[in-house]
Amino acid sequence: MNIFDIIGPVMVGPSSSHTAGAVKIGCAARKLLGEPVKDAEIYLYGSFLATGSGHGTQFALVAGLLGMKPDDARIPKSFDYAKKAGMTFSFAQAKLRRAHPNSVQLKLTGVSGKKLDFVGESVGGSLINISSIGPLKVNFSGEKPTFIIRHKDKPGFISSVTGLLAENDFNIATMNLYRRSRGGEAVMIVECDQEIPDIIADELKNLFGAENITFYSLKDDFDEEGEK
Amino acid sequence: MGFSKLQDIISISEKKNIDFWQVILQDDMNERAVTAEESFDKMREMYRQMKESDASYDKSLISPSGLSGSDGEKLEIFSLGERLVGDFLSQVIARAVKMGESNACMRRIVTAPTAGSCGVLPAVLITYEKQRGADEDEIVKSLFVAAGIGEVIATSASISGAQGGCQAEIGSAAAMAAGALTFLLGGSNKEIANSAALAIKNMLGLTCDPVAGLVEVPCVKRNAYGAVNAVVSAHLTGAGVYSKIPPDEVVDSMRRTGKLIPACLRETSQEGLATTPTGTKIAQKMKSNNI
Repeated sequence: MNIFDIIGPVMVGPSSSHTAGAVKIGCAARKLLGEPVKDAEIYLYGSFLATGSGHGTQFALVAGLLGMKPDDARIPKSFDYAKKAGMTFSFAQAKLRRAHPNSVQLKLTGVSGKKLDFVGESVGGSLINISSIGPLKVNFSGEKPTFIIRHKDKPGFISSVTGLLAENDFNIATMNLYRRSRGGEAVMIVECDQEIPDIIADELKNLFGAENITFYSLKDDFDEEGEK
Repeated sequence: MGFSKLQDIISISEKKNIDFWQVILQDDMNERAVTAEESFDKMREMYRQMKESDASYDKSLISPSGLSGSDGEKLEIFSLGERLVGDFLSQVIARAVKMGESNACMRRIVTAPTAGSCGVLPAVLITYEKQRGADEDEIVKSLFVAAGIGEVIATSASISGAQGGCQAEIGSAAAMAAGALTFLLGGSNKEIANSAALAIKNMLGLTCDPVAGLVEVPCVKRNAYGAVNAVVSAHLTGAGVYSKIPPDEVVDSMRRTGKLIPACLRETSQEGLATTPTGTKIAQKMKSNNI
């Protein structure tokens, strides 16, 4: 969060959490998927479910999944734009337990068949939190380039990652670590100040296996190719 | 981003011998890796957008629900004629309602800190600039003050109605505007924090029970109350009236109070005004209209 999350952003009304936040959640999910969305199953929870239709939350989520930003005047017409882009979607009630009051679960299929199961929370003032990706419980804002590593808990793991970043003179903004049990399944979430360079990404994939790493980039340069 | 206590901002201000607003600006420079000029210009951009939203109020617009629109125009006309309240307050009230209506009508607004509370800060600051002939730079500085207060509340309590009720939205906006106004009136750091504390105290426990789940009833008019609350708080501070509870303790009580507000009164529209016979009727009509 920075001060321009407090004063600002400039957005299309009416609700920062239910309209702008919902756009951002859709957008973050699209970035995590890494390609344009072909089909979206959208499951609403809590206040999103109870009051979403009055705030245009549905329009906002679809707008975000199409890559729109919260100040985009096309938001109220996002369903029409989805149709044009060939994106299908459906809405239902979420079955989440102990989730944030403004949560949505998204089950996405990308144009190449890639799948993503995702839970996002709108935590107020248009700020969001990504709380799960597939079976993983995570916790990051989507405001910074981020990578997530699934691994087995063992001594020296953290230094193997931070060592690699240090060698490449790369700064970490925040780092979160979770584990189920000692020596069990563990998750590391690293938020960075800059985009993760290919050289580091490749090295991380080498070290820990590409299937164990998720990269979240702020760039969505797949848009142009994807939507032609 | 750093600040979870108003006292932390004040301590840095004293240690570095810089103003409250400069502490926030420097923190932003560090956080976003920008220059002082870039940070200041971005805040100016926010203020100019507020002024643009204010100036482009369209009295003919009615929100899709039919619940909001044209009251700002009535207040504008009323503020020019015979009435009890002075020029400053009557303009503040008119501006706050106008901005709230613009938001409900899906116009572009600046969240401060949320969209539902977007009318409070511009109502106070634009009116101050116009009526006092203040320099725009001073208003921009006051927005850094407001942002600092908002940061503290967001970190230590909440700025989300779904989490903390309306005290977290209009209450936060009022605290931010109160601090900003006290700064503009030449108040010290302690006085800025005092105004923020007084404004919060007046809104502790305020629930979020919007009719049909829309940011319209009671939100639009509540912007006016939040803005007036900010003016009253700055007025009290100006007279030397102090909060007996220190500002950071007030923010903490806001957090605890928010947690105790039941979910049915935190933006779920399951109680309060939303479930009055008329509120229920409006919600049912909305549903059948499929808006």
